Amino acid sequence: MNAPAGTAAAVDDDELLAHFDALLAEGGTVEPRDWMPDGYRRMLIRQIAQHAHSEIIGMQPEGAWLTRAPSLHRKSVLIAKVQDEAGHGLYLYSAAETLGVDRADLLDALHRGQQRASATFNHPALTWADTGAIAWLTDGAAVINQAPLCRTSYGPYARAMRRVCQEEAFHVRQGYDLMRALCEGTPEQKEMAQDAVDRWWLPAVALMFGPPDTEAGGADARTAALGAAVSRRAMAWGIKRHTNDELRQRFVDQCVPQAERLGLTLPDPAIRWNEERGHYDFTPVDWDVYREALGDDTVWARQRIAHRRAAHEDGAWVREAAAAYAARADDGAAEEAEDEAAVAVGAGEGAVFVGGAEEGTGETGACAVRAGGVAGEDA
Amino acid sequence: MSRAREGAPASWEVFLRARRGLAHQHVGSVRAADPDAALALARDLYTRRGDPLSLWVVRSDAVHAASPDERDPYFAGARHKPYRYPEHFAPLTEKGPEGDDHE
Repeated sequence: MNAPAGTAAAVDDDELLAHFDALLAEGGTVEPRDWMPDGYRRMLIRQIAQHAHSEIIGMQPEGAWLTRAPSLHRKSVLIAKVQDEAGHGLYLYSAAETLGVDRADLLDALHRGQQRASATFNHPALTWADTGAIAWLTDGAAVINQAPLCRTSYGPYARAMRRVCQEEAFHVRQGYDLMRALCEGTPEQKEMAQDAVDRWWLPAVALMFGPPDTEAGGADARTAALGAAVSRRAMAWGIKRHTNDELRQRFVDQCVPQAERLGLTLPDPAIRWNEERGHYDFTPVDWDVYREALGDDTVWARQRIAHRRAAHEDGAWVREAAAAYAARADDGAAEEAEDEAAVAVGAGEGAVFVGGAEEGTGETGACAVRAGGVAGEDA
Repeated sequence: MSRAREGAPASWEVFLRARRGLAHQHVGSVRAADPDAALALARDLYTRRGDPLSLWVVRSDAVHAASPDERDPYFAGARHKPYRYPEHFAPLTEKGPEGDDHE
């Protein structure tokens, strides 16, 4: 920034790229103010935004059951889970903002259909059992997808994912617990559980992992090559760690014994243990299967976005009131506000901040010297 | 770097003392119009579990930081000074460095 002109000119893109590649090669973490290739930044923004959108759109199928939970306990648990999903969205929008985008623009893009959430949540939650199947299967898939992302190469994304993963474990367990309660209940309840699994298996196994990106996984040679190219790029940059199909296999291997313990059948007749491979075989998620999972009927997809837009527009007055209140408070105590940069609950403690506001979006250029001891990293 | 939109709520950095014996640590950031709203949002977002003790929010633009572009010269004092480490010197006992701890 303030480097002498000669020095700045000498550091050309090749040198910066070499430095970037070397950092990744040694398993280093890229931090917000580091130089990074445009493609890396674009891929991250796209992936993190899609992820954030999926978290907040994913609140809707289960959120619809909050008022109809069968007991106060189940209701409390479901509220906690849906609240977590909102929080995951917020962690991820913060991470995206470190890349130079504004979350308001990302939400606009979602509302206008320029960016998307996972199509998984375009399926309706028709019965109470769906809340269990969603948590067990789609959150279970999410954990498998997201665990490697805790080591993704971009620091703010990795730190957000560590928080997310800690909370997802609870989501999966409570979903499995809910399914078990139904399976141990009346025949009608067990039937309801099976019905929900029949509906949520395909969205989970297909959509949560993305399209096929290997021939073994069911893609034809051409799409496998395309998918593999994208996955290879993402893996070379350390954004992804595994192909979609690898993670899909891991998910199936995990779910089959769990379903057996519940006494439920996963709706795929091709599932059987393959001694030779040491994995469960299943119907490959080729492009036809993937498209089937996407669903032709986009009524629910439209409804998810319409609901999201309505919530955003209906809440506009709250944001306006908060801004007006903040502006009034500023007028009243302009000088004090200048001095009073920090507000604290609990014991005040003098602090000198060295290193700066890593995840933030402040205008000062204060963002992002690597701050020592960021809590999310240690946890 | 950031292109915060006109009228967008300010960014706040969140610091949490997650339990006794720990310093406040940076845990993330929130967007809010004023400090009280930022604190309430930070509470809802970062203290839903555990036994949190204390929470700070600081406006992101109030953080004064060293520029990463000047990282090398700015932190030059930290490098190439092996004599700032105990291993640079002969151990205090013949058992080697580990021996020092048990004296």
